[in-house]
Amino acid sequence: MDWSKKRTPLQAPDKKGVPEGLWVRCNNCREALFRKQVVENMNCCPKCQYHFRLTAKERIEMLLDDGVFEEYDADLTPADPLNFTDLKPYASRLKAAYASTGLREAFITSRGTMGGIPVVLGVMEYNFIGGSMGSVVGEKVTRAIEMSLTEKIPLILISCSGGARMMEGALSLMQMAKISAALARLHAEAIPYISVLTDPTTGGVTASFAMLGDLNIAEPKALIGFAGPRVIEQTIRKKLPDGFQRSEFLLEHGMLDALVPRPQMREYLIRSLRWFRPTESKV
Amino acid sequence: MAFEGLDFEEALVALRKEIAAARSSPDSDPDHLQRLVDQHDALARELFSRLTAWQVTQVARHANRPYTLDYISMLFEDFSEIHGDRSFGDDPALVCGTALFRGQPVVVIGHQKGRDMKQRIYRNFGQPKPEGYRKALRVMKMAEKFARPIICLIDTPGAYPGIDAEERGQAEAIARNLREMSAMRVPIVVVVTGEGGSGGALAIGVGDRVMILQNAIYSVISPEGCAAILWKDARMAETAAEKLGLTASKLLALGLVDAVLPEPPGGAHADPQAAAETVGASIAKSLSELQRLTPAKLLDQRYEKFRRMGVFTLAAES
Repeated sequence: MDWSKKRTPLQAPDKKGVPEGLWVRCNNCREALFRKQVVENMNCCPKCQYHFRLTAKERIEMLLDDGVFEEYDADLTPADPLNFTDLKPYASRLKAAYASTGLREAFITSRGTMGGIPVVLGVMEYNFIGGSMGSVVGEKVTRAIEMSLTEKIPLILISCSGGARMMEGALSLMQMAKISAALARLHAEAIPYISVLTDPTTGGVTASFAMLGDLNIAEPKALIGFAGPRVIEQTIRKKLPDGFQRSEFLLEHGMLDALVPRPQMREYLIRSLRWFRPTESKV
Repeated sequence: MAFEGLDFEEALVALRKEIAAARSSPDSDPDHLQRLVDQHDALARELFSRLTAWQVTQVARHANRPYTLDYISMLFEDFSEIHGDRSFGDDPALVCGTALFRGQPVVVIGHQKGRDMKQRIYRNFGQPKPEGYRKALRVMKMAEKFARPIICLIDTPGAYPGIDAEERGQAEAIARNLREMSAMRVPIVVVVTGEGGSGGALAIGVGDRVMILQNAIYSVISPEGCAAILWKDARMAETAAEKLGLTASKLLALGLVDAVLPEPPGGAHADPQAAAETVGASIAKSLSELQRLTPAKLLDQRYEKFRRMGVFTLAAES
């Protein structure tokens, strides 16, 4: 209907979360939607199932029992070890990110239960410098893994990231090794780790913890890859095929264990956690 | 003949030609030769002491720089190449094999670039695909099984960013190597000999000792890539190189490498044999230290080394 379209607030093209207002427009099918219906459908379009981007906090509240959690390592704060400046100083990018997200970094470590089973749940925050991984994200992910390891609690990490953070140079790169080494210990102790890849997960995050789960699952239509599509296009000087590097493409190529639409995510994770739960030993 | 080399080394290359001519001439004056050598070395030291990060990047990528197969022929005996990942294919951009290092059986793994255009294309400019990383991992697993040390030589612009590489799981291949290398029960010695291009370098870089040649680089992204993304202008690569902190001395200061290996005056390409001797001596020293450790101790030290990497603070109001 015409009148509804006029009243739909237009959102900035780079914002993929559910915008404010009574009505929202789907980024995919362009349908005008009643905001409440979108929120009730776990921030997915009720018409086409387009997944609006979630903040880390929304994600945690959606997944854990009653949305209740304890946060860990919230005080870890990025430094600016290279005194990095591009078009803007890194320090001012960080300040802007603190202000817009209320977070100190692009990752929240939480602990709670899912279906009554204790879990360590770490979630990336895309709105914090593109969810990029610098020293603090690397440290928080590693500590989350170590908490799983010490307490023998399953780990779930939800990725949403452009990759390693360039403004911390090779320090960011080495977080990939640090995290993967911690995951090797978790692996050796047979403590379950489920990796959930969401739109987008690329670069150093995909090439480290996001691909190292006992289960690697993704939301539908998420962009997932090592190199970004623009870099690949420039390298091969060809246009990329439709659907390239989307979850469905990865599933088809054997790189994902399952596609799980968001409305089924909690149920899927609980079912998996139950499967992983150690069988009761008979005394 | 057109000058082949970097702008700032033109005078050095001219001197090296004079030295070579003097050496090959039967009636050359030894004092004159020595003067030329001294002149070259003094000038080289002077020039190389004040290279910018961008100039270092160019030296790291120098077309005459020794590559993995050069180091293998200068430092190892009985090298037998091992091809293929036993799943999809072989990858000429990542060379693996068994060899003897100073009499000791080891495996050696390294990125390989090409010298001429045909070779460069064959080696995919030193950019491995997933099968390369999977081949490297299976060779490392064999080394672990037979308790042989692993030597890795890093020299790549990065893992190949192409459709086929993505289809076959470039990210998964790199990730798996990181995890598996961190738990490998034999010593791993890594030398960054040229370009340490991001995840594609690190995928064979999780070692007990990670050393870097003086004019090699190690970076989260190429200066060109960084400039294109952050400055929206690839021509800002020179500035990006400066900011990224990709030089050997900076990496050492940040605690990301264990040692910087000095290069001969004028860079590794000015005297590949001398560069190889330094690399060989450092590998030998590292191995003798690491082989004294039990596997458990080795793994603990490796874990702690990477565990410490990162710079951050605790919350203060900003």
